[in-house]
Amino acid sequence: MSAQTTDVDIAAAGDTGGIGQSVRDYWARVRGGDIGSLPAVLGLIALIILFGALEGSTFLSIFNFANLINQSAAIIVLAMGLVFVLLLGEIDLSAGFAAGTCAAILAVALNNWGLAWPVALLAALLTGVVIGLVIGMLVARLGIPSFVVTLAMFLALQGAMLLIIGEGGTIPIRSEAILVVMNGNMSVVAGWVLAVIIVAGFALSTLLAIRRRRKAGLPAEAMSVWAIKVIALGVLIFVATYLLNQERQLPSAKVTIQGVPWVVVVILVLLVGLTFILQRTGFGRHVYAVGGNREAARRAGINVKGLMITCFVFCSTLAAIAGVLLASRDNSVSPTTGGAQTLLFAVGAAVIGGTSLFGGRGKIRDAVIGGLVIAVIANGLPLITQQSGIQFIVTGLVLLIAASVDAISRRRTAATGS
Amino acid sequence: MTDSSAPLLSLRGINKSFGPVHVLRDVDLDVRAGRVTALVGDNGAGKSTLIKGIAGIYPFDSGQVSFEGKPVSIGGPKQANDLGIEVVYQDLALCDNLDVVHNMFLGREVKSGVTLDETAMEKRAAETLAGLSVRTLKSLRQQVSSLSGGQRQTVAIARAVLWNSKLVILDEPTAALGVAQTEQVLNLVRRLADNGLGVILISHNMNDVQAVADDVACLYLGRMAAQVEKASVSSQQVVELITTGRSGDIGLQPETAMGGAA
Repeated sequence: MSAQTTDVDIAAAGDTGGIGQSVRDYWARVRGGDIGSLPAVLGLIALIILFGALEGSTFLSIFNFANLINQSAAIIVLAMGLVFVLLLGEIDLSAGFAAGTCAAILAVALNNWGLAWPVALLAALLTGVVIGLVIGMLVARLGIPSFVVTLAMFLALQGAMLLIIGEGGTIPIRSEAILVVMNGNMSVVAGWVLAVIIVAGFALSTLLAIRRRRKAGLPAEAMSVWAIKVIALGVLIFVATYLLNQERQLPSAKVTIQGVPWVVVVILVLLVGLTFILQRTGFGRHVYAVGGNREAARRAGINVKGLMITCFVFCSTLAAIAGVLLASRDNSVSPTTGGAQTLLFAVGAAVIGGTSLFGGRGKIRDAVIGGLVIAVIANGLPLITQQSGIQFIVTGLVLLIAASVDAISRRRTAATGS
Repeated sequence: MTDSSAPLLSLRGINKSFGPVHVLRDVDLDVRAGRVTALVGDNGAGKSTLIKGIAGIYPFDSGQVSFEGKPVSIGGPKQANDLGIEVVYQDLALCDNLDVVHNMFLGREVKSGVTLDETAMEKRAAETLAGLSVRTLKSLRQQVSSLSGGQRQTVAIARAVLWNSKLVILDEPTAALGVAQTEQVLNLVRRLADNGLGVILISHNMNDVQAVADDVACLYLGRMAAQVEKASVSSQQVVELITTGRSGDIGLQPETAMGGAA
């Protein structure tokens, strides 16, 4: 390939180059402002090294690794929902209390109404759908800024939660099916099977995509690049599975705790399913279009209002799932479930992961990566300092840094055109 | 390809008001296939209102619209697209965060089942661009934010012809471009008409009009001052039509004193 890549005939272009070319292309995209999850991944590695060096024995323990997943699960799911509204350039400040309200419905349905857990779960999810519909209607149809609508809902849902639970009360969750999500682990064998399925599924689906493009005579990714990606994912997944399959209990204890937590399955299903919706369906494409240029999307015949309402429904429904996870983790629902910093952590997770606050840029996986960063900070800092004041400040600073990276990369994108 | 009998698009007696402002008054316009019709007029003459009406963005108050000889009513952008009418707006209406293929198929994605058929879309986009002899794009998978002004215009025009469209309306396609890129885009406009499409070109630039137009339609304060073959008028006359609504015996005549000899 010569240096004059700008005038290459599209039809004549073959496969994209090997590993070197892929790395150069990626770096060019990063320099052009399309940085994606890079800062979050680097930050995650840096934080793990930092906490590992300072408090290695505690932070890097196998028990803490499983604990990290438990701490981040609800934030990750909440952040996944926020990705939908952030992609539109909107915000949902009420998602935390939407999670709490749905958890309260779940608890009341189980305890007071005596419903079976699938029905109670359905009731909680439906509550999320209704909350999303209300917010979406007010934002899309009436045109009230989402900031104001969801700020109002933030207060209203907090009140609704108090009324449902009863002031000061705490409702215990006793349903085994709900509790096992955050407290149960898969068997060692099942964990390995899951790991193999993930890696094989990724390898196969990406391989098929490459072959499809080759067949159609379109430039496709080089096999060497594909192999490296598969190997990298394989190493990551198998190491994580190996660590989680170790005995986490003290040697003296009688019961064993080992295996991949069940909540990992929930997160994986959501990650794959929602990524599919956003990347491979017409609806997902339109979400990005509305976030990128609302007027262009409208002129292209996209039902912008309906799409916005759908995104708010996605957000609140995912918040409902996050609420169920919170209830399962705490074994109960109280008026503080989903309160405090839950929402800010979730927004932080999405933004740290690389989802833009300005709309149009972001992926579901951002929520997972960002959620892990938040959890590592929330988990590692108390090992270093007990002062919660410092913990708040550090978390706030991390969110600000992520937002700055977002704003700067957006400026770079604007500057590279023309 | 001069077909003087049946215009592709024919407007008769079009009126449009926004509240008390009467923007279009009894406007007539004929657009023929295979010809570039330049729509000129000063700011506020009603050019944008006219094309937005044709594009179905909002309805005309009164008047007749015929397309391919049949009377039609264009109730929305989708209906206009179904007829084969495509508009390339001045702001291009591209999504910066999507790539070239995604933009070309925006709102009309090709699907297999529920999933998007990316390979089919990319192939068809490449074919369309090749058909227009476009060789200035490095990759169809690059984001539009990384393209130059001329490349963006090219993508927007290619999107308009992707759908076997019959009439393409271009709103000031060269306004923001440099000399070389203007040349490229004008060549592209010419090629559209040579491929048998009807083209409406809105422009303020007399050089553009001289370079590619076959017919010139001039709006003056919401009235159609004149629609003439470009060959029959000089640049000077077009400028007069734009600024005063008349030039010699063509254009709007003063209502009281009907001047001008044959």
